[in-house]
Amino acid sequence: MSYFKPEDLKKFGDIGKFGAKDLADKFFAYYGEVFKEGALTQREKSLIALAVAHTVQCPYCIDAYTQDCLQKGSDEDQMMEAVHVAAAIKSGATLVNSVQMINKADELMM
Amino acid sequence: MKATKSMQAQGNRLANTMIQLNVLNGKDMVDAKFPLFTDKLKEINLFPLKPSGIEIFQINMGKMCNQVCAHCHVDAGPDRKEIMTKQTLERCLEILKNTDIKTVDLTGGAPEMNPHFFWFVEELSKLGKHIIDRCNLTIIVANKKYHRLPDFFKEHGVEVVSSLPYFSEKRTDSQRGEGVFEQSIRALKMLNEVGYGIEGTEQKLNLVYNPSGAFLPGDQSSLEAEFKRQLKRKFDIQFNNLYAITNIPISRFLDYLLESGNYEAYMEKLVTAYNPMAARNVMCRNTISISWDGYLYDCDFNQMLDLKVSERSSLHINDFDIDKLNNRSIVLNQHCYGCTAGAGSSCGGEVTG
Ligand code: SF4
Ligand code: SF4
Repeated sequence: MSYFKPEDLKKFGDIGKFGAKDLADKFFAYYGEVFKEGALTQREKSLIALAVAHTVQCPYCIDAYTQDCLQKGSDEDQMMEAVHVAAAIKSGATLVNSVQMINKADELMM
Repeated sequence: MKATKSMQAQGNRLANTMIQLNVLNGKDMVDAKFPLFTDKLKEINLFPLKPSGIEIFQINMGKMCNQVCAHCHVDAGPDRKEIMTKQTLERCLEILKNTDIKTVDLTGGAPEMNPHFFWFVEELSKLGKHIIDRCNLTIIVANKKYHRLPDFFKEHGVEVVSSLPYFSEKRTDSQRGEGVFEQSIRALKMLNEVGYGIEGTEQKLNLVYNPSGAFLPGDQSSLEAEFKRQLKRKFDIQFNNLYAITNIPISRFLDYLLESGNYEAYMEKLVTAYNPMAARNVMCRNTISISWDGYLYDCDFNQMLDLKVSERSSLHINDFDIDKLNNRSIVLNQHCYGCTAGAGSSCGGEVTG
């Protein structure tokens, strides 16, 4: 985490200059397409991105999508609720595995 | 953020407009320098910037206001005593009678706090002008004498343009002061009751959204859809259009940017988002702005920076010469980046698209 420098975010768009430019171009074109207004609004997509950013714990994405959510007109409650959704899925995903633990324990215990 | 006094009353250095201009040019408080706005216009052969013709006569009726919003570019507040006199207003009427300028945009402070406001609007409506009142909403419920504003606006065909930074209390009050949201909602209901903002009526009620912080406004039509949905759902309130406005880095908003350490990043955002299309449509090309003491400016922002029109023979409404003014070169500085970021920004919201 200590490698994170906020100003590096601005350099993201230049990764193609280092190498594999065609792949970078394809990625950015795809990325741009994904975030366009569609069946979901741009604001909704930005909230999803914010939630996912928390689960992948990417400081760059958290920085970028906090700004983007504010810009797109989401409020504090909506942003926090989105993060809670991500947290609920993460904790749920941890807890649901306890079923396997219980199964195994049942198998092993008298 | 919770100031109750203007910067001027606080003795803040930034109340001096020279200091603000120095900051914007990296010569005071910060050393961040950005490409010159005028150079950006040179690149697209738009310099010197010329008017397309004055269509909007924007009168700042005074700096007095019942609110002290954190972002206010006028540095308005209850402690500001600068108010346009009846004599100056009469001179405005004379000009409006003798030119075919169609729209009169009333701003302040709270324009309604000018003691001659009601009389002036009546006179304007006799002239058949399209009248816009930039109403902060809370004034309607602030005092009994203003409760009649919705009916009065309706009677004189006034278009109402009102700030509501957000459809939640927390975000609105952090920018505009405690209690402002609740009072604004009450005022909006009063306006809706007489037909303002209701589809199919003549009474136009437009809202102004500006970000409550150091970020740019998002897409105007998406924000409008969200505001409409939320205000209807939560409060059963309706309105016509939403204008998304960028905060211009001057006055109290500049102070906030500097205090919060956001100045450089915000300017960079504005400069990066510079849009040449928006530059062609900036509002100073069809607007003239008049200060409480009768001086002429290219826009309300230049007025607050003390940057008078460049036409030396027509600096004041007493020497108003529309032909000369239509030929003036518009005075530009680094704050102009606020008008050209993204989809652009004016008193009527986005300027492109
Ligand atoms: S209501 Fe308008 S004029 Fe009054 S302080 Fe707020 S922004 Fe300034
Ligand atoms: S700040 Fe005023 S002068 Fe500058 S571009 Fe905007 S409207 Fe024109």
